[in-house]
Amino acid sequence: MNPGETLGIVGESGSGKSMTALSILNLVPEPGRISSGQILFKDRDVITMTSGELHEYRGGDVSMIFQDPMTSLNPVLRVGFQIEEAMRAHSRFNSRQAKDRVVPLLERVRIPSPQQRARDYPHQFSGGMRQRAMIAMGLANEPSLLIADEPTTALDVTVQAQILELLKDLNRELGTAIILISHNVAVISSLCSRVMVMYAGRVVEAGPTRKVFDHPEHPYTWSLLRSVPRVDERRHERLVSIEGMPPDLSRLPTGCKFHPRCHFKVDRCHEEEPPLAEVAPEQEARCWVLMRNVSKETREAVKT
Amino acid sequence: MSQAPALEVVETKTTGPLVSVTDVYKHFPTGGGFGRGSAVRAVDGVTFDISAGETLGLVGESGCGKSTLGRVIMQLQTATKGSIKFEGRELTKMKGNELRNVRQRMQIIFQDPYASLNPRMTIGDIVGEPLKNYNLGNRRAREKRVQEVMRVCGLNPNFSNRYPHEFSGGQRQRIGIARALVMTPSLVVADEPISALDVSIQAQIVNLLEDLQNEFKLTYLFIAHDLSVVRHVSDRVAVMYLGKIVEIASSRDVYDTPLHPYTKVLLSSIPFADPVLEAQRKPILLKGEIPSPINPPSGCRFHTRCPIAQQICSEVEPPLEKKKEGHLAACHFPGKL
Repeated sequence: MNPGETLGIVGESGSGKSMTALSILNLVPEPGRISSGQILFKDRDVITMTSGELHEYRGGDVSMIFQDPMTSLNPVLRVGFQIEEAMRAHSRFNSRQAKDRVVPLLERVRIPSPQQRARDYPHQFSGGMRQRAMIAMGLANEPSLLIADEPTTALDVTVQAQILELLKDLNRELGTAIILISHNVAVISSLCSRVMVMYAGRVVEAGPTRKVFDHPEHPYTWSLLRSVPRVDERRHERLVSIEGMPPDLSRLPTGCKFHPRCHFKVDRCHEEEPPLAEVAPEQEARCWVLMRNVSKETREAVKT
Repeated sequence: MSQAPALEVVETKTTGPLVSVTDVYKHFPTGGGFGRGSAVRAVDGVTFDISAGETLGLVGESGCGKSTLGRVIMQLQTATKGSIKFEGRELTKMKGNELRNVRQRMQIIFQDPYASLNPRMTIGDIVGEPLKNYNLGNRRAREKRVQEVMRVCGLNPNFSNRYPHEFSGGQRQRIGIARALVMTPSLVVADEPISALDVSIQAQIVNLLEDLQNEFKLTYLFIAHDLSVVRHVSDRVAVMYLGKIVEIASSRDVYDTPLHPYTKVLLSSIPFADPVLEAQRKPILLKGEIPSPINPPSGCRFHTRCPIAQQICSEVEPPLEKKKEGHLAACHFPGKL
């Protein structure tokens, strides 16, 4: 991931998208652990960081916001104080600066009358405003990466639109890189220039959002895009339904993890797991078949 | 002991609309007491019809009163005021056995497939309970009927003595649908039936609901906040804001030529999955927060946030009236945004 980039991670519950994000922060909950691999942040390995380094890294270099802002805010502390606290916990700003930055931060996330609102408690905020306050807190230490885990899922569409526009503006104005985790392909499309599709703990397809969504090569990506109705749908088309349900991660199928639900599987898919391989410039997919090799008739037949 | 109803279409014996809602209010009193308290005006004067065999989509943001309206139609909550007719008969005045009999013909599917199934009952008992409740058929006939409905809803009938926790969210929603269908209803109120489900499962349930509608001539009131799904399933769509219907028309008219500014704002807020279209989308961002339904704004309820509000909007409440053939909107300046 490059500085200032916007990456979307899309997948269903249990596909491993949130765990991927938590791994970046080295926050995988017990008894889970990062069993192998490497996570480099500006050439430093996150896994081998000391607790002191991790403390500065989490919330300093990389911060994260969650789906439900109410559970992330302390109900008995004023919103302004909590934002200030986020800066005091790190060494980037002294306590004087931290105090002075609170109101401009609230202003930056477009909270009206920030001076007064800083003295409010979380319950006095609406859902959308709480999420804004969380974003302000996430940005307090000027991180280079903001991870947003389903930030708009609990919000109404008009509020979702406001939050998405805010994230776009912040990315543009501050150059903060954003990882957006969502199950909603349209939300990803709105904000992210690059996308990663996850299934059963694996990346099954990745590439520029435009390429992946226009020409998906993995059958899961293809089906996912066609399983949600489009708000601009003119002609009633039957939705592609992905039969069955996501696999139990403790009893994964052999071969390709998607093959039991795949409409286009071949014999090889049962036995051998395909590697994530380049299928077009900048685009990778984990599939033996690839949608480009599936005839139009076969694709259409899936809908009935 | 009467026979269990066959899994067949029971035609509605009325010529008019299946459901007729006229000037319905539902207010929830808040504190105060002795008549001094105020009220949450969840549904505040709503009028519309649902024709037999159609799907009416009901959309709006949280707190707009759409679920309350669904529950009031089902008589799960009594209306504060107004008339609700089902198959030509007034529901709000009905009591006891009369209401009980009508209820066989109207069923509801809930959002949360975890909370709406009794964890201590087997699937067979859950699906068959309405039959037992109405004392229909003998044990054998009921069992047969339950198996039939389970099969229709895509559930393996051999699992009828398993418990809800053994099923996934999508399958539980199928169980909820089977329970609703076992009485061969004519009206099914589906209150956010897919929003708690995983994306890949949502399509399964949407397709199932469509198939069942075709097969059993069901009429749906489909309540949801997801405008894309509502467009996909609905013949007509009603948009609610703060307890009122602001626009109602065919699905196509509402989505392609919305007349009310709120509908327009809602539609502009939804991102497209297609990155090219998405790059061109210009969302209209609303200022402020949704006002409290305890003390809604004067005049048009949307005027405090409407981008094109004029003086008149804060003074005179626009009635929901016909602006084009089959297209009703409650706005002084329809189509101007």
